[in-house]
Amino acid sequence: MRVMAQMAMVMNLDKCIGCHTCSVTCKQAWTNRAGTEYVWFNNVETRPGLGYPRRYEDQDQWEGGWVRKRNGRLALRAGGRFKKLLSIFSNPKMPSIEDYYEPWTYDYETLVRAPASDTFPVARPKSLLSGENMSIEWSANWDDNLAGSGEHAATDVMLKDIGEKVKLEFEQTFMFYLPRICEHCLNPSCAASCPSGAIYKRSEDGIVLVDQDRCRGWRMCISGCPYKKVYFNHKTGKAEKCTFCYPRIEVGIPTVCSETCVGRLRYIGLMLYDADKVLEAAAVEDDHDLYESQRSVFLDPNDPQVQREAAASGIPLDWVEAAKRSPVWKLINTYKVALPLHPEYRTMPMVWYIPPLSPVVDIIRDTGHDAEDKGNLFAAIEALRIPIGYLANLFTAGDIGPVDAVLRKLAAMRAYMRDINLGDEGDDAIAEAVGMSGTDMYEMFRLLAIAKYDERYVIPTAHAEQAHALEELATDCPVSEYGGGQQDLFGEGSGTPTPVAVENFRMLQDRQTADHMPENPMKGRVNLLNWDGKGRPGGLFPAREEEDRR
Amino acid sequence: MDTFLWVVFPYLCLATFVVGHLWRYRYDKFGWTTRSSQLYENRLLRFGSPLFHFGMLGVVGGHVIGLLIPTAWTDFLGIDDHAYHLVAVIGGLAAGIATVVGMVILIYRRRTVGPVFSATTNMDKVMYAFLGAVIVLGMWNTIAGSILNLGGEYNYREGVSVWYRSFLAFQPQPELMATAPIGFQLHAFVAFVLFALWPFTRLVHVFSAPLGYLTRPYIVYRSRSTDRLGSTPPKRGWDRVG
Repeated sequence: MRVMAQMAMVMNLDKCIGCHTCSVTCKQAWTNRAGTEYVWFNNVETRPGLGYPRRYEDQDQWEGGWVRKRNGRLALRAGGRFKKLLSIFSNPKMPSIEDYYEPWTYDYETLVRAPASDTFPVARPKSLLSGENMSIEWSANWDDNLAGSGEHAATDVMLKDIGEKVKLEFEQTFMFYLPRICEHCLNPSCAASCPSGAIYKRSEDGIVLVDQDRCRGWRMCISGCPYKKVYFNHKTGKAEKCTFCYPRIEVGIPTVCSETCVGRLRYIGLMLYDADKVLEAAAVEDDHDLYESQRSVFLDPNDPQVQREAAASGIPLDWVEAAKRSPVWKLINTYKVALPLHPEYRTMPMVWYIPPLSPVVDIIRDTGHDAEDKGNLFAAIEALRIPIGYLANLFTAGDIGPVDAVLRKLAAMRAYMRDINLGDEGDDAIAEAVGMSGTDMYEMFRLLAIAKYDERYVIPTAHAEQAHALEELATDCPVSEYGGGQQDLFGEGSGTPTPVAVENFRMLQDRQTADHMPENPMKGRVNLLNWDGKGRPGGLFPAREEEDRR
Repeated sequence: MDTFLWVVFPYLCLATFVVGHLWRYRYDKFGWTTRSSQLYENRLLRFGSPLFHFGMLGVVGGHVIGLLIPTAWTDFLGIDDHAYHLVAVIGGLAAGIATVVGMVILIYRRRTVGPVFSATTNMDKVMYAFLGAVIVLGMWNTIAGSILNLGGEYNYREGVSVWYRSFLAFQPQPELMATAPIGFQLHAFVAFVLFALWPFTRLVHVFSAPLGYLTRPYIVYRSRSTDRLGSTPPKRGWDRVG
């Protein structure tokens, strides 16, 4: 047994209202730079829908992830090491910018500069790639809320097998939102695809990162990731991906997407797992067994033997304590309501989802029946094979069983809590019908519905004795600042990284909402965060000699 | 003049090449990339890039054989001049044509595809000019010198190659280059300019050819090492205490 710790996330899809706040705040924090305009480390998809990039789930086309070979071993779907090196000059499976979308801005200048005329000046969209006029035809959430669903959603990859039926019943269609970040897989195929070895999994917390100094832009990770969550920065020529906001996690605060989530649907916690069993679990024969086999890799932090092994593997005691309190552990293993996204890619993803009961509830309510009655809900779960088949294609490689069980638990919880909310005793028979006790059911309700900040995010900090050097705290000895930083770089990537703490948002906000520019903003300091490398912002360089003489 | 052209200048270029790469690797690992433009356009790249790069691998291999292996060695193996040149010309021509065709596709693409053109830096343009010139001159030497025999017969294995080996051994014999045909002289001269530019262009990606991929384990684990925490590199200045 080799115990390793993994930062993991669970999202409760029933609570997602599709507001894209997670995407926007993530973008503000991490990808508001040139070269990453089209990049969304976090995106929210409406399902059924095509997703972003378009039809990324069609692995017959993109060949991401792993496949099980006939001899029972795993191989990269896009081919082994030799094939990768031979196709390095032109990656045949790489999505083009049209599969994401062509990023654009608007020519705002004409609005203020246009001469007086009878017609209003128009800010035309300009491509951020070529600078030319363009027509906007697609974006990261073009099919939001089933927009154009007759055309787009009908070609959703996950509608395989059930497509025809859905088309027939489209007028009573269902939908839900699916927020996606990098899965920080236990068996990441992006890392396995990287020829340079620049993508690594952090041994402390399992976060998968791209070493920007070692990435050489070979682009194999982009096609290797079946979730298409590694992106190519076309300005720097390097791969970039979701970092699980590791500078924040290190000091015990949740990721930006979780922190700002309006529906409070994200849970972050630690999972302990046996690293020796990962490959074996990812290589089980039947796709339907992958959900259970991944669960079997996780280790119970309450088990004394696991605790001993964890200590032997160098996992600090407070991390084991955090693993015991982990909401992710509870949702995945105690209540068994969270499911992995696309286990059939065999990467062992670590961002799990509680499938939404809302499509079922909506349909019952629309027919005028009591949507909180256990009998009605159970009957509907039985009858509504299409939404459930669809959810199974997303979360269990098409196996209806686990999805069915989760939805029944959620339905039972709904019925059980209705009694309590009406002042009655909870009916334990409802809980027992789905194999739970009344207290468990109430605890699960608490965690899903009203859990507070420190219950939803149980994040042990990186170790205190190292804390002075952690990025977000930056209380390192100021003397060492002399000559420090990455002065060899130019443009917005230069200098030491800006911590993405709440304080910085405030500073930025204060400046943006101030009534007038201060004479000498920030006492001669320059905001490099939004500088794109063009021109000479005042105060950045010493004055030129000629100007001095004048 | 010959001493400058075939001793001083090549050594200057070689020194720039070596020191430039060390400097760039030390100070600009972040900029060390292929700067791939595949994201923008793939239809032309799909043919142009493999043609060019595989052709180039052949061309470089041919140069290594032609320049570094003395005639005496091939004589010892019983390969006569005629057989050697037959293989060299056929192989060189195949690789050269692939390279040139690939290069033409890639340059056409770079100029006509909007996003690719706007992502082209000035250094790229300079590099393309010299790289193109070296390739065209090299092709000309192969076709005009070895096939059409314009300007008389010249065996580079007795001239240019010997000079090149003497150059690498730091005992240069400039007279060997001074008597070579103008085509070879130009090819070598422009090539040395290209070597001097090399470390400052995207060509550095040649030195990160990922051969280690064939032997490393698939998944890389790395620890947040204690001397380098977060993503901040260790700072110069006083050492940390504790």
